[in-house]
Amino acid sequence: MRSVRPAYREESEPRILGGCGLMGVCDQSGKRMSGELAVRAMASMHDRGNGLGGGFAGYGIYPELPDFFCFHLLYNDEVAKDDTEFYLKKHFKVVIEEPIPTKPVRGIENEPILWRYFLDIPEERLVETQLSAEDYVVHTVMDINTYLDGAFVASSGKNMGAFKGVGFPEEIGEFFRIDEYKGWTWTGHGRFPTNTPGWWGGAHPFALLDYSIVHNGEISSYGINRRYLEMFGYKCSLQTDTEVVTYLFDLMLRRHGLPVEIACKALASPFWKDIDLMPKEQRRLYTALRLVYGSALLNGPFAIVLGMADGMVALNDRIKLRPLVAARHGDVVYVASEESAIREICPHPEESWMPQAGEPVIARVSEKGRRKALTQAKQSAGQRRIAQIHTTAGVT
Amino acid sequence: MNAREHLNLSPDSAAVRRVPTGPARRGPSGIEPARLTAGQPGTARGEVHRQQGRVVIDARGVYYKTLNEQIREEIEQGAREIVLENVIGQRYIGTGLAYRGVTVIVNGVPGNDLAAFMNGPTLIVNDNAQDGVANTMNSGLVIINGDAGDVLGYGMRGGSVYVRGSVGYRVGIHMKAFGDSRPLIVIGGHARDFLGEYMAGGEVMVLGLGPNDDPIVGSYIGTGMHAGVMYIRGTVAPHQLGKEVRHQEPGPEDQARIREIIHDYCQVMNISEAEVLARPFVKIYPYTSRPYGRLYAY
Amino acid sequence: MAYTTFLPPEFRVVIDKEACLQCGRCVQQCGWNVYTWDETEQRPRPDHSKCSACHRCVTFCPGGAITVKRNDLTFKGSDSMSPELVKAIWKQAETGGVLLTGMGNDKPYLRIFDHLLLDACQVTNPSIDPLREPMEMRTFLGRKPDYLEVVPAAAGSRAAGPKSKYRLVTELDRQLQLETPIMFGGMSYGSVSLNVHRALAMAAVELGTFMNTGEGGLHADLEPYQDHIIVQCASGRFGVDTSYLQAGAAVEIKIGQGAKPGIGGHLPGEKIDYQVSITRMIPQGTDALSPAPHHDIYSIEDLRQLIYALKEATGYKPISVKIAAVHNVAAIASGVVRAGADIIYLDGFRGGTGASPTIIRDHVGLPIEIAVATVDQRLRDEGIRNRASIVAAGGIRSSADVVKAIALGADACAIGTAALVALGCHVCQKCHTGCCSWGICTQRPELTRRLDPEWGAAQLINLVHAWTHEIAEVLGALGVNAIESLRGSRERLRGLGLDQTVLDILGVKAAGL
Repeated sequence: MRSVRPAYREESEPRILGGCGLMGVCDQSGKRMSGELAVRAMASMHDRGNGLGGGFAGYGIYPELPDFFCFHLLYNDEVAKDDTEFYLKKHFKVVIEEPIPTKPVRGIENEPILWRYFLDIPEERLVETQLSAEDYVVHTVMDINTYLDGAFVASSGKNMGAFKGVGFPEEIGEFFRIDEYKGWTWTGHGRFPTNTPGWWGGAHPFALLDYSIVHNGEISSYGINRRYLEMFGYKCSLQTDTEVVTYLFDLMLRRHGLPVEIACKALASPFWKDIDLMPKEQRRLYTALRLVYGSALLNGPFAIVLGMADGMVALNDRIKLRPLVAARHGDVVYVASEESAIREICPHPEESWMPQAGEPVIARVSEKGRRKALTQAKQSAGQRRIAQIHTTAGVT
Repeated sequence: MNAREHLNLSPDSAAVRRVPTGPARRGPSGIEPARLTAGQPGTARGEVHRQQGRVVIDARGVYYKTLNEQIREEIEQGAREIVLENVIGQRYIGTGLAYRGVTVIVNGVPGNDLAAFMNGPTLIVNDNAQDGVANTMNSGLVIINGDAGDVLGYGMRGGSVYVRGSVGYRVGIHMKAFGDSRPLIVIGGHARDFLGEYMAGGEVMVLGLGPNDDPIVGSYIGTGMHAGVMYIRGTVAPHQLGKEVRHQEPGPEDQARIREIIHDYCQVMNISEAEVLARPFVKIYPYTSRPYGRLYAY
Repeated sequence: MAYTTFLPPEFRVVIDKEACLQCGRCVQQCGWNVYTWDETEQRPRPDHSKCSACHRCVTFCPGGAITVKRNDLTFKGSDSMSPELVKAIWKQAETGGVLLTGMGNDKPYLRIFDHLLLDACQVTNPSIDPLREPMEMRTFLGRKPDYLEVVPAAAGSRAAGPKSKYRLVTELDRQLQLETPIMFGGMSYGSVSLNVHRALAMAAVELGTFMNTGEGGLHADLEPYQDHIIVQCASGRFGVDTSYLQAGAAVEIKIGQGAKPGIGGHLPGEKIDYQVSITRMIPQGTDALSPAPHHDIYSIEDLRQLIYALKEATGYKPISVKIAAVHNVAAIASGVVRAGADIIYLDGFRGGTGASPTIIRDHVGLPIEIAVATVDQRLRDEGIRNRASIVAAGGIRSSADVVKAIALGADACAIGTAALVALGCHVCQKCHTGCCSWGICTQRPELTRRLDPEWGAAQLINLVHAWTHEIAEVLGALGVNAIESLRGSRERLRGLGLDQTVLDILGVKAAGL
């Protein structure tokens, strides 16, 4: 049992029950948008949550330090922080450590100590452990979340971060000053927790490396998904079904190198009835997919948005038991639980559609666009200071 | 020594990155969360313009609860036509409304459970609608001049729903007919899987109009259907059907009924009747009213 | 002669004289020769001592005149020296023999399945309607790779279809495709009749599943069904030649059997009639002896050698290895999987047999629940769970058992006893006598012809269909629509009345947690 105490809010007025709400927006040209967009879309779906969890993930938000792993940490107390920092310093070169900037917002209380670290991995540690940098990070994240009491890694990717806590999403957004960040991809979530109490770490997104997941629904196959992941060294310690989705994507995309479309077809596989009607080669592929990744099948109602370094994927369960709407305007792709949330931030999209069950909506930020955005951001931040940081951290 | 100390930076990251900095931005007290959208609870009322029996309410920034209260008040005060402008995601519009002869026009995207339990009024949406339209609707008419989401007409017992565009999954699920009440759903575009699941009465028609070349209906059509009828314009492959239904060419009586439905729909939607009737229909009906009579051992 | 025996009859056959039609049907039906016809009184007279309570006569008596009762003689009684033990001692004192029995372990050990409860959805996730929405039972048995390699498809590839942008590079090993996670366990021709084999084979084809020859070879009549037959290669190697190996959809190496782990077999010469002899490829009338071990497998590397020999001989069909659940089953299974088995077939101690020493049947082995749980966990711990499928057998009595076994980690279940019961078996546990009045466990032509294979197949199909429906009901309640989401999902089980040690071994939480 984790010692993170669930911080339940007093309910001041009767709330109408709804269910989780989620959104995602991605500018495929790499242009960076204010996080306010995500906050506004989530605010419009206020009634889908119950104030026990809200959160956002932004990509491209730390353009000055895009090459370091950025850990967002949630601490119960100073002891947890001291322990974790000892651990981090043992395993990483800590380039920068600082509090995550927040501001007081009515309704947000009992917040944990929020800190972020920009980390570099000493070369000799990788040689010693024979791990890739990414696997090294996964190990340390699992260690902290599993063994360091009262500490929780909210995100651990590069040039991205997850901001989440107990409250309505618009409150959380304001608390974390999301509107002051700019990113090319944003995902957001308002939570209606059922199975796990509303604690800060339990809010969405769930992030590991560059992958982040916001999720509406419940994974009825959690038991076997978890046991499957444990076979590959993932530790599911968060008492929630959503973390398995994040780890499954990490496993299939990063470690197994599957194309994201195909990974989605394993998580929400077509029915045998439909596979049987496919042309031969395709049938062979989909049959193999179900055979090999049967334990990764996410069964039960879900809509998810996966944030990645180079874009965003939205996916529904195989019989579409949770809502999902998509739209596109120019280079920007929008997804949300309700069409009105998209209209809130894009009143007249060029096209809008309801994705089919198990059919992923994929938005990709062009490599060129991302580079351009980074260059621009770096220039405006002032190269001199960046260089100074790099010198300090021993980075060349 | 860590990097921050070395650089003598403040704990706030402002000096390093141009991310969160500055004073609290919104709210009268500085700590109140901002109210950004109509989706957040609030007491702001919509501006109203009245012209004889016609009432226009500006729904911008109005929480659904207030908006629906305003609609009721106006009807009680004699309004016969209510126009809602700038609707965005407000839920339950028309829900539980039991007034005959009243028309509510929605300009914008209404929220979930539109016209649920509605009994009598006419509700027109001039945009797309979301999930749960006409949930357990009793009577009245719903016209969607765009697409609609999943689970439209769940358990609907009477009245009609006309959709100009396409609908999502599980539409017409467990519709039922009883006495004089016979619900009708007409979909101009396409419908996804589980159309008319458990259907226990009433009529569903899908026209497949428009440029979309998807199949007109998805899979598992009429699975568990045990009463009522569906008319699909075009063809349906056997593998798309639930195991409790049959399909055949409509007979003379069906043809008459199809023409009747099309006539009404085309008038409302202002489209060419002849064009719609140019393609043949297929009739889908249950082969027994007791599909599971032999499933169990006693 | 002072006594023929101390042993009192186990049952009493009571004939209601008024109801008796004096037709003699009972005399003709009984395979045990319980009845003789009293010419003077023109009515049947039972010899109680021969009755096995198989109820053949009861079922077929047109007057409904016969009842079979337990011969409830009152013994002084002792918690230590029960009447059953006393009678066993008398029997052995009189004969000097090893006590022999049929079917599975009938002792009142803890039945773990009956202490496991299933979950269901309420509110937070919806249950799924199993009658109307798709419920996928299709199961593939065989070795799967740990991951797939998928690359963008070459442009213009017609086979890939217009929509497929990707191509699978990984070549998968051959698999057995089951349309329901229930198959039939190995029962040899010789121990059961050919009509039983015919019924099983026909049902397997119709159900899209598999029957298993057991170790008695494959009769020529079954060739039309061979795509749905797993052929067994056991220590006696009866009927094993290349055409036999190539006929089956898969080959099973039988190391052991739940009812008699570590024990060989002995089919007496009198059961080896002409048909059995040509099927087993041994002379008529000779005893068919199955050695306890395979004499080419004295260690794990030898098993590997045999597995690959069979793969070579069959063009790399899936190879199943059947082992009895014994104390160290997890480690053994791990070795078997590493030796190259594509399927590991675990047989629990409740599993049946045509004949086994009672001491072995009743005191050796482990419950299948424990075996499945420990093997599944061990293979996961070693990261090799994908390399082999687990079949649970030996004590699967109902669809609930199937569901629970799969939730504990099995890919599929096999039934033997339950299948025979569907064919009329009354579990009298006298399979080893060859007198089976139901024509199941006998080679006497006047008895075997009683079992019409077509009727038998229909019975089996009904049973498996009904179980499959019931499994679908459970999946729906669990809110999942594919069997793979139940497989190994122990989170959906809770133990009630199991001690903590057993719970830990099963990897199942106690009810309430």
